[in-house]
Amino acid sequence: MRILVCVKRVPAPGARINVTVDGQAVDAAHLGFTTSPHEECAVEEAVQLTETHGGEVTVMTLGPTEAEEQLRYAASVGAHHLVLIPIEEVDWDPQRTAVALSEAIAEVETTDGAFDLILFGNESADAGGFQVGIRVANRLDRPVVNGIKGIEVGGDTSTGVVSARREIDGGFEVYELPMPAVLGVKEGLNLPRYPTMKGRLASKKAVVATDERAADVGGQTRVRLHRPVEQISETVILGTGTEAAPAVVDLLEELGVLP
Amino acid sequence: MSLLVVCDHDRGNLSEASLEALTFARPLAAAAGLELAAVVIGEGAEAAAVDLGTHGAEVVHVASHPVLTDFGPEAWGETVVQLVHSLGATTVLACGTDRGNEVVAQVAARLDQPFVANCHSVDPMGDGSGNWTMTRVQWGGSLLEDTTLTADVHLVTVAHHAVEAAVADEPAAGILSAFSPNLDDSLVRTVVTDRVVLTKGITLSTAPVVVGGGRGVGSAEAFAPLEELAAELGGVVGCSRAVTNNGWRPHSDQVGQTGTRIAPEIYIASGISGAIQHWVGAMAAKNILAINTDQEANMVTRAGHAVIGDLHQVIPAITEEVRRRRS
Repeated sequence: MRILVCVKRVPAPGARINVTVDGQAVDAAHLGFTTSPHEECAVEEAVQLTETHGGEVTVMTLGPTEAEEQLRYAASVGAHHLVLIPIEEVDWDPQRTAVALSEAIAEVETTDGAFDLILFGNESADAGGFQVGIRVANRLDRPVVNGIKGIEVGGDTSTGVVSARREIDGGFEVYELPMPAVLGVKEGLNLPRYPTMKGRLASKKAVVATDERAADVGGQTRVRLHRPVEQISETVILGTGTEAAPAVVDLLEELGVLP
Repeated sequence: MSLLVVCDHDRGNLSEASLEALTFARPLAAAAGLELAAVVIGEGAEAAAVDLGTHGAEVVHVASHPVLTDFGPEAWGETVVQLVHSLGATTVLACGTDRGNEVVAQVAARLDQPFVANCHSVDPMGDGSGNWTMTRVQWGGSLLEDTTLTADVHLVTVAHHAVEAAVADEPAAGILSAFSPNLDDSLVRTVVTDRVVLTKGITLSTAPVVVGGGRGVGSAEAFAPLEELAAELGGVVGCSRAVTNNGWRPHSDQVGQTGTRIAPEIYIASGISGAIQHWVGAMAAKNILAINTDQEANMVTRAGHAVIGDLHQVIPAITEEVRRRRS
């Protein structure tokens, strides 16, 4: 199988997110960066699928040149090919991102053949636009379903059907998509592996192909980021240790949740 | 011209989220001088269409086609696109649920128009030069983004739980109007083929009480007392991302930005520090009780109530007290 995973480099925040003075970005001065969580699972899934069915995994990202770090991480857990679409701005809007990605994908496919499966995260952890994967699928004229937490490709990949599960309240829905297909996946699809020492060393030597792309800006323009006004409420301490139990149950009674 | 609200339903059962979208859309349609219309799609749509007038829909378009047996993002998106063309609609709005965001993104891709997801507020008067302005959610709600929208057709979703669903002061006509889209049979490729029910009854997103555990619980086995308390209270157990990453609980129990958003009457968060990732999934809880040994933990300082102590002793003591009072 030929699988492509599109990932995004995002800050890894702790308990509080600060914004830069100009309001254009998250202040990452004291933060590390990571791959958006849904996409970390997408990479793991792609690697597992190729371990079962054979084939190769390509990981692509549109982002600052530093996003090479996230590509190399993907290589350290088993991705074979890495493509960086470098941008100078903090972020591109969803339409612009989708145009650049779909053109880059089409070019890779022209030389190396079509991807059976293209995986996106359901939404990025930071901007959360919920649309880039769907726009790319539409531009490439491929079926796409979002919210996927289970993927199965039959033993015979030549039948060309991927079965995808989507979690709903209390159960799941099943979709059967003809490949080539696009899926937007969610964390919980699998438990991503940690890189091995061997993987880490190999990833340092992995080749990162750079693909410069230009695309028109879309119709959504960021003005500024800001933190919501927090309702500052005094925490009522009901007690310390087991002696707090009666006060807790009083509270439960007051709220009417004691059956 | 119309503002079209895409209403989601599950085989005829209208979602509460759809009513939130209509509630949000009413003042917006009035401010922009648009007729408020709704669309319900597929089998069961007629049943779901009945009450939408009370929530302000002047017209309810009921779309049917042999392909529309169950939910299918592409078929639903294409249906909305054709209705937009047929009505000359200038705005499409839905609630920012998984389905709502997906269907509007499908519409956006097909129309090649921008789409602003998960708004808290939308101002059609905007910046005075014809652009709309809005405030939307980033980082699952821990940041807000002010943005402008330049578009021929305005495509937006309203963040789930940003407004409470309410009937209109003056009910609208809610006239049903049949719509038959012209769909290519190939669109069945993304229509639901099967559904599997795993749990009947209360789930994490609907439970009135959620007993949550974090890294402080320490192991999979140590969740047993949390299960016991949840059972006593008719609730369910939830957990933080650290817990699922350790393999102690399945991901379906995870509360957070990349897990389930909960909105119980009370969330009992034990041994949870309260990182952004977890907090945004829990912040819609009506009450939060934090149990933690660390008085400075983020979860404690943000909670309405707290117990300072070891959850391994406090939780069983609460369970015992609940049983004592009942007997």
